[in-house]
Amino acid sequence: MLDDTERRVYHGYNWRVAPGSVALHCAGLVKRYGEVIAVNGLDLQVVRGECFGLLGPNGAGKTTTIEILEGLLTADAGEVTVLGRRWDRDAAALRPRLGIQLQETQLADKLTVHETLRMFRSFYPDGPEVDALLATVELGTKRDSWVSKLSGGQKQRLSVACALAGRPDLLFLDEPTTGLDPQSRRQLWAVLERFREAGGTILITTHYMDEAHALCDRVGIMDRGTLIALGTPRELVQSLGAEHVVEFAVTEGSVPSEAELAALPGVRDVRPAMSEAKGGPGPHSAESNGETHTSLSTSEVHLTIPALLDLLRRHDATLSLLGTHSATLEDVFVTLTGRQLRDD
Amino acid sequence: MTNPPSLQDAPKLRRAGRGGASHPLVELTLARFREFLREPEAVFWVFAFPVIMSCALGIAFRSRGNEPVIAGVADQAGADAIVAALEQRGEFTVRRIPPGEIERAIRDGRAPVVVIPGDPPSYTFDEARAESQVARLAVDAALQRAAGRADAFVPVNKPVSAVGSRYIDWLVPGLLGMNIMGTGLWGVGFAIVHARTKKLLKRLVATPMSKAHYLLANILSRLLYLALETSVIMGFAWLVFDVRIYGSLWALGALALFGALAFGGLGLLLASRARTIEAVSGLMNLVMLPMWVLSGIFFASTNFPDAMQPFIHALPLTALIDGLRGVVNEGRSLAELVPELGVMTAWGTISFALALKLFRWQ
Repeated sequence: MLDDTERRVYHGYNWRVAPGSVALHCAGLVKRYGEVIAVNGLDLQVVRGECFGLLGPNGAGKTTTIEILEGLLTADAGEVTVLGRRWDRDAAALRPRLGIQLQETQLADKLTVHETLRMFRSFYPDGPEVDALLATVELGTKRDSWVSKLSGGQKQRLSVACALAGRPDLLFLDEPTTGLDPQSRRQLWAVLERFREAGGTILITTHYMDEAHALCDRVGIMDRGTLIALGTPRELVQSLGAEHVVEFAVTEGSVPSEAELAALPGVRDVRPAMSEAKGGPGPHSAESNGETHTSLSTSEVHLTIPALLDLLRRHDATLSLLGTHSATLEDVFVTLTGRQLRDD
Repeated sequence: MTNPPSLQDAPKLRRAGRGGASHPLVELTLARFREFLREPEAVFWVFAFPVIMSCALGIAFRSRGNEPVIAGVADQAGADAIVAALEQRGEFTVRRIPPGEIERAIRDGRAPVVVIPGDPPSYTFDEARAESQVARLAVDAALQRAAGRADAFVPVNKPVSAVGSRYIDWLVPGLLGMNIMGTGLWGVGFAIVHARTKKLLKRLVATPMSKAHYLLANILSRLLYLALETSVIMGFAWLVFDVRIYGSLWALGALALFGALAFGGLGLLLASRARTIEAVSGLMNLVMLPMWVLSGIFFASTNFPDAMQPFIHALPLTALIDGLRGVVNEGRSLAELVPELGVMTAWGTISFALALKLFRWQ
């Protein structure tokens, strides 16, 4: 398996925008549902061989966007080119080259894994053997089980196997790991990594930050139907100008003013704590249980923390919480929108 | 972690063909057929239900041949003489009815006619019921003869009880027709709406699958169990009630096929836009109800007024049942059933074409 460094060597940003290697291109995409504008003038380019992540909260327009790119919805305005072709002219030529996994599809409960995959495989003129596909997604032992007997993770892997049945050039995945336990997510990621190594291109939507970090070469952060940030995960985090987040809460004493906090060494940004401990849900408002939560973005934790402690001592404040984490895409989203990425 | 085979290795093994899968039409048909067989409720409605139904009705309406007529006699003064006169003929089962219960006895079926002794005796019976009228005539004739009336002549009676003319013989093709309609509509329509609500249709449209293959597969899988259901129903009727098929089995098969295609097409049409199981169920009941009543499953459709007959004959179930009775009961050939086949073909073709046009895939 390629490590991070190697991946950057082979799929570095500059290499990926080389002309002629565009897998997916859309410009000025607009989709309205009555009064609601689901997608509002979206521009996007995905390069062959890359894994591109579309991030955003629920309702940001990710699913609408991906379904337009998949040719399942028609845009009200804008142009879409997939593998150099257009849906209105070349749908029949395009379909066999795409692998698609939809967010809400439930496969037939009373067919076995093998029967389901056989059916999907039969639609494609070219592709791997059914049993080889099953081995790829590690469902060989479940070959003759009914779909209804599979776990959530196994169902999602079967769903991805169906998407891989035609050996696609381009794989679309719409929140493939939502609701899965960490181990199932990792198993699915491994399948996607192998697809990547074999030269495949992936467009994936997710609202999991660690998923985007682990899988994607580039991510686009979507909010209210438009892209609000675009780049490699590292570039986006660096764009905060601060790679760490210090989060604290005080129970007693006076809270230092925002100006005092901003003056601490290394601090780039001060805000009521919106961020969360990585992975788990955090406080949603600046005040909960009578405590005041604050988060500081900083480039130098080792300077910020001692200064912060001194400042709090001067204010006679008692700490009830102090934590630090490396800045994540979650922090990028919070900084850009002032809102949480996940609303659950 | 061990490395499973990569996607790149597989195609080298066999580049041509479909990676171990058959033609998509075959795969889709088999998938649908397997789903049906693995659904116990569906299997019950298709196979067990018509068998139970024909069993129950066959027993309720078994032919009674020379069963005695039931005659009631009001249990009061003079009853003994009348009971004796009736029993002497040997054609009656006589029941003594307490005088206060005469009308109730007629209503609840204890006796179709009740004789009240007197001079002359009076008969209480239900004018609206044929059975009651027949009983009145028989009782009257017996009492008149007992009182001394002579017959003008003695007729020669030639009773017929040929197999093929009993109610059960007439009923079984009707039940078969009803079943072909029901399984055609439910089997095709339900599966499609189910797949639509589970977004499976949308997923299939995201593959290169041919839409015509999908619709056709639903009808073809339905034909697979049509053969089974026809054999089960006709086989059961033959074994248990000795119902015989006078026409050819080919003609019976062809009629069942035309019927299945007509109702399969109709099922597709009803399912073409429905978004929920409830919506499609309502539509199907709406379509089936008039045919249950009008098409002559349990009683002859000729009972309806003449003005309604053209409409009744244009219904696909009427055409199917008339055709089935023609083959099973009368031994008619397909050439004699062209109008019925035409009606079913028209329904099948028009509804399939409309379904293709209206079908909502997402």
